Amino acid sequence: MEAIEYTTPKTLAEAVQAMADKGDRARALAGGTDLLVQLRGGRRSADLIVDVKDVPELNQISYDAQDGLTIGAAAPCYQIYQDPAVAANYPGLVDSASLIGSIQIQGRASLGGNLCNSAPSADAIPVMIALGAVANIAGPNGTRQVAVEDFCTGPGRNVLESGEVLVSVTMPAPQANSGASYLRFIPRNEMDIAVAGVGSSVVLDASGQNFVSARISLASVAPTPVFCREAGASLSGKAVSDEAVEAAAQLAMADAVPINDMRGTVRQRIHLVGVLTRRTLNIAIQRARGEE
Amino acid sequence: MTSNIVLSEVEYNVVGKRHLRPDGVDKVTGRAQYGADIRLAGLLAGKVLRSPHAHARIKSIDTTAAAAGPGVHAVVTAGDLPFAALTREELGGDYQRLKFANNHVLAADKVLFKGHPVAAVAAESQHLAEEAVKLIRVEYEVLPPAMTVREAMEPDAPLLHDDLYTSELGQLSERPSNIAAHMAFATGDVELGLTQADLVVEREYQTASVHQGYIEPHNATAFWNADGQLNIWCSTQGPFVVRTNVADILRHPVSRVKVTPMEIGGGFGGKITAYLEPIAALLSQKSGRPVKLLMSRTEVFEASGPAPGTWMKVKLGVTREGRITAADITLAFEAGAYPGSPVMQGAACALACYDVPNGRINGYDVVVNKPKTAAYRAPGSPQAAFAVESVIDEICEELGLDPVEFRLRNAAKEGVRRVEGPVYRRVGLVECLEAARNHDHYRTPLEGENRGRGVAAGFWFNRGFQSSVNLTVNPDGTVNLIEGSVDIGGSRATIAQQAAETLGIAYDEVKPTVVDTDSIGYTMVTGGSRTTFATGWAAIEAAEDVKRQLVERAAKIWDTPIEDVEYADGVLSHKSDPELRMTFKELARQLLGTGGGVTGVSNVDPAGEGNSFGVHIVDLEVDPDTGKVTILRYTAVQDAGKAVHPSYVEGQMQGGVVQGIGWALNEEYFFNDQGQMMNSSFLDYRMPTALDLPMIDTVIVEVANPGHPYGVRGVGEVPIVPPLPAIGSAISHAIGSRMRRLPVTPGAILEAL
Repeated sequence: MEAIEYTTPKTLAEAVQAMADKGDRARALAGGTDLLVQLRGGRRSADLIVDVKDVPELNQISYDAQDGLTIGAAAPCYQIYQDPAVAANYPGLVDSASLIGSIQIQGRASLGGNLCNSAPSADAIPVMIALGAVANIAGPNGTRQVAVEDFCTGPGRNVLESGEVLVSVTMPAPQANSGASYLRFIPRNEMDIAVAGVGSSVVLDASGQNFVSARISLASVAPTPVFCREAGASLSGKAVSDEAVEAAAQLAMADAVPINDMRGTVRQRIHLVGVLTRRTLNIAIQRARGEE
Repeated sequence: MTSNIVLSEVEYNVVGKRHLRPDGVDKVTGRAQYGADIRLAGLLAGKVLRSPHAHARIKSIDTTAAAAGPGVHAVVTAGDLPFAALTREELGGDYQRLKFANNHVLAADKVLFKGHPVAAVAAESQHLAEEAVKLIRVEYEVLPPAMTVREAMEPDAPLLHDDLYTSELGQLSERPSNIAAHMAFATGDVELGLTQADLVVEREYQTASVHQGYIEPHNATAFWNADGQLNIWCSTQGPFVVRTNVADILRHPVSRVKVTPMEIGGGFGGKITAYLEPIAALLSQKSGRPVKLLMSRTEVFEASGPAPGTWMKVKLGVTREGRITAADITLAFEAGAYPGSPVMQGAACALACYDVPNGRINGYDVVVNKPKTAAYRAPGSPQAAFAVESVIDEICEELGLDPVEFRLRNAAKEGVRRVEGPVYRRVGLVECLEAARNHDHYRTPLEGENRGRGVAAGFWFNRGFQSSVNLTVNPDGTVNLIEGSVDIGGSRATIAQQAAETLGIAYDEVKPTVVDTDSIGYTMVTGGSRTTFATGWAAIEAAEDVKRQLVERAAKIWDTPIEDVEYADGVLSHKSDPELRMTFKELARQLLGTGGGVTGVSNVDPAGEGNSFGVHIVDLEVDPDTGKVTILRYTAVQDAGKAVHPSYVEGQMQGGVVQGIGWALNEEYFFNDQGQMMNSSFLDYRMPTALDLPMIDTVIVEVANPGHPYGVRGVGEVPIVPPLPAIGSAISHAIGSRMRRLPVTPGAILEAL
């Protein structure tokens, strides 16, 4: 590891400027729970670290019933799950934010960092996809928005271009009779990487007996988080039933293209996608019905 | 409902009480000094270049660019070891041992595991050293690796050493082999015993390489002074063993090597080998500056001792009534890159819980392209127990026998001869089994789906070996206790307790200090569950020496023959004159004016070590959808002989269980097809965390060791032995399918379901 420059911009404009000046050799630092480990381990190198924790737009958490929830890219997990509006309206997001790493990691790690690190196993991305989240990006040429399901392009790679900064993520306000959930499988109970993970969201009709729509997304079973369009769409208009859930789970399993590695095998991971899709859909249904 | 029970037979004043540990304040305030905390004037940072290959021939090493790098003061390779200049003729019969020891420290002609040290650099900062190491050019001829014990035993397996021959029951093989040794123990007539059996069960088992997982990585700082004095500060279980190993490798007199053991963040057997110390010393010799080397966690996994992966076959014959008639066992243990697995210990422990009339155990020590194995808590015993206890569990299922009752019918007890020879003195397995059977846990039936209960027993010898203690009486009536045993599990307290008990003074009037190798007599490693027994013994002898001298002094003060003076409960008194009486404290105050201070000394090698046994009960639940195992309840019963400090005994029992749970469920070295370890971090080497464990209940049984004044046996190792088979059996009961390979991961359970 060689000497690295470090800067703490106070405004978004300063942050963008700093990132643009160094281009690919600059890295944004939020919690550092991925970046610092990668730098120390020699898996990533940088000439400039841009600490974005002093930039207001990257640290906000704001909710209203019209515009939904906007979470600054550097807001740490504990602030997210302790926020009453988040807890009341986005329990699926709380699932993710409260199982990343450990209590200590959650004091630092951010959902924005989880997204920008773009690991296939990222625990926060599937539920953001399931919730229809949009990434707000600022760069030298202005701002743009990208759907979270289109954000990651490969392991550790994403759509951010040289000089761009992820500012925040916006999730639409929850519809009536909706619910979401995230579960991952790890052999232990904390400090582990998902062998497989599934985030699901459902919107039910007023009776709570029929699906209006659903979105399902997977972790750790492909080079990027997977958005299972067909699995979610298969539930639209169907009555809530074990058969419908099972059919969606089968479609989600068909979208999984995992590898064998030290964390799990192809067979195990595809099987777990089925298990976790069923479990997350059932939790999301319960939440939509106000049963939990 | 959790509980810690102590079943005591004898009570003492200080021994057996839960005192505060002397090193507690420093440790909770962060002031305790570990090896990484060393700061010396002119200190250089070192970095080791390690092999990226599991097996390769070194064709060339070019260190020119590194040596010219910014801030670089020294670069060393195997060519800098004194061994490089010595010939086979000069070294004679010692040649191969020294070659292996030297090549392990710094590879010469071949690298034998990924992470094998090839060269090292000392520079003005850690970053400069890291950059310089990248400038070293090594040309390798990559060779196919032999990664598992079965693979390496094949006749056409890649050979690690072309000069290693099998030591086959005393004879050397004709052709070189990866099998370093074949050894055997036998008693009775196995074939006859098998014919007497109503049921014979034969099964094969495997266990993976696992690491001790101590939280503090290896570290060493060395300063080789211009006068030839070599000082070393390091994290070790045995400063005297480091001194011997460093002197041996560097061909330097032991008297010119001083090793200072720093506080230690765990060892479990893995901090006995000198990995970094000789390299730091060479770098210091070459640079003329003190040099500090630190391992990263990856280096710890890749280049310090795992416990061996194993392949084992067990055949047991029993009568319908559940009496063992014969046992035939084969153990093949991975030694890692150089010979020396604990297969002998595994063989000796395999049947040690039972009275086996006819037994035969064959053991194979096999080199593979993995880091050289090191001791790990009861080395060899957990693996052997996994195989033997699992077969016994199957037999109990088959015959419909209660697993505790079966073990009681066959239990080792006083007078029983082990397969490898020794005859038991008084031991406490029967008492442990009875305590388990009477425990609320065992008496409460396990209910619910996908749940299983497992029971298993385990054995460890416990060790004696050399220890030394000096006790100096202070004028205020306190005592300084100087010892050479590094304190890992609370031994400062347990040794001080034995000194205080013997002197009849209070615990906090004894102040223990662990010192360097120049400042105390030879003391063997903290390991083998020997320290509280053997260094405690040394403290007792040193205290007896103090008592003798105090009696002499009192006699001198009272102007009476020493036969008239007696010492009891910290008071000196005249046997016939009640007026003549002094407390320890009163006499201490007078020592300097009546002939000078008093120091009691001892150098011991006690032979009375007491073997110990543990019996564990575990309840667990398997998630049939995911294969995940949740431990619901765990109870560990163990004979401590005498628990000198019950809290630390309970800590050892619980800690051993935790490591055993990790070994059974998730821990394993995961290699790719080139023999490179892929999970060399605590993220992916899945040791249990606090959230993965229930409270672990303990029952301390006290069957006094007749070979120790307070009945102490030793406690650190037994508790890692039973968890492997107990958990394996419990999972098998929960899922209705036998699991014969560790770890029993969720993936393995899913495949079995």
